[in-house]
Amino acid sequence: MATDTHESGTAAADAAHAAAESAPGMPQLDFSTFPNQIFWLVVTLVVIYLILSRVALPRIGGILAERAGTITNDLAAAEDLKAMAVEAEKAYEKALADARAEAQRIAGETRAEIQADLDDAIAKADAEIAAKAAESEKAIAEIRASALESIEAVAKDTAAEIVTALGAKADDAGVASAVTERMKG
Amino acid sequence: MASEAHGAEEGGLVFHPMDQFIIKPLFGGDAVSWYTPTNATLWMALAIVAVIALLVLGTSKRAIVPSRMQSIAELAYGFVYKMVEDICGKDGVKYFPYIMTLFMFIVCANFLGLLPLSFTTTSHFAVTAVLALLVFVTVTVLGFVKNGAAFLGLFWVSSAPLPLRPILAIIELISYFVRPVSHSIRLAGNVMAGHAVIKVFAGFAAITIISPVSVLAITAMYGLEVLVAFIQAYVFTILTCVYLKDALHPSH
Repeated sequence: MATDTHESGTAAADAAHAAAESAPGMPQLDFSTFPNQIFWLVVTLVVIYLILSRVALPRIGGILAERAGTITNDLAAAEDLKAMAVEAEKAYEKALADARAEAQRIAGETRAEIQADLDDAIAKADAEIAAKAAESEKAIAEIRASALESIEAVAKDTAAEIVTALGAKADDAGVASAVTERMKG
Repeated sequence: MASEAHGAEEGGLVFHPMDQFIIKPLFGGDAVSWYTPTNATLWMALAIVAVIALLVLGTSKRAIVPSRMQSIAELAYGFVYKMVEDICGKDGVKYFPYIMTLFMFIVCANFLGLLPLSFTTTSHFAVTAVLALLVFVTVTVLGFVKNGAAFLGLFWVSSAPLPLRPILAIIELISYFVRPVSHSIRLAGNVMAGHAVIKVFAGFAAITIISPVSVLAITAMYGLEVLVAFIQAYVFTILTCVYLKDALHPSH
């Protein structure tokens, strides 16, 4: 600056004057404006601080807390619903198992009943058959007895006739005992 | 600076990359006294409007399923809240509104500053230095109130060998006091540099042959600046959290 002014006289002085008007070094170092800036900055900071601490921050904090609460509640509700669904499924499974057991029981009972009926019927039939067989046996025994008796009588008669026909006096008692003796042998 | 501008003017190019940072009274006049409404005032007010629009109007429905605006507001809330909680622990959460204020102001001011013809309040050291000093003073006072003299243990590295400890203490002390400086210059420097570079490229657009390259370069820089706008707000906030953690739990 100083050398400029010395060397080229008025022109440089004019230019330097113009430069000083338009660009006085760094405006940041112009200390005459400091009180002004500091004053307005402090006002600004106080205003922002009051706005933030009185209105904005409590409100945003509230919103965030509320949202966190809502999310927690929703999650809890979802958990509840899930538990309910699990319970419902369990109840359904239980009902299904019960129904299956009931069906099994009914089927078993029916089978047992039928078996009992069947057994009864078989037993009755067996008894009837046994009775009939006994009866038949008795009849056969009777027939056999009567047949034996008839055979004895016939044998005695025949023996007596034969004895008579041979010309001998038939002794009834003797013939009878003889026949009986022979028939045993 | 002035001689450079002078040389450029002679070549037909006009570079005034720093003009965008000049503070002017809004309603005419030259004097900038401490209460004058200036362009800085206007854009700080617009930052307040942006914060209200995003965090108050955007959440006015209090919807369980959020709208887009509400999503962004909740995202910003969750982002800073988690940062504070992760770094400072549970007992740091009560300073959350304070940190959120810093973050929202810086991020809104940075993004508003990216609008064409706007003024970027966070490009001024006066602004970022106040922000950083607020953090520094708060953290130091808090450290002594919470821990008493034990807060000085922050400078006494008990895990180091005894002969090294005094040297480390001096280094720690220096680094502690440099914190607000780096904290503020990082933010203002990044924002200012980006805006100045864009302005320089825009100056080159006056030359017909170079102008397509210039426009491309501006586009690329703008994309980078969008990133920087967020990242610097993030860095400022996370460093605030780290410093706050030092005050709450000064043990190494």
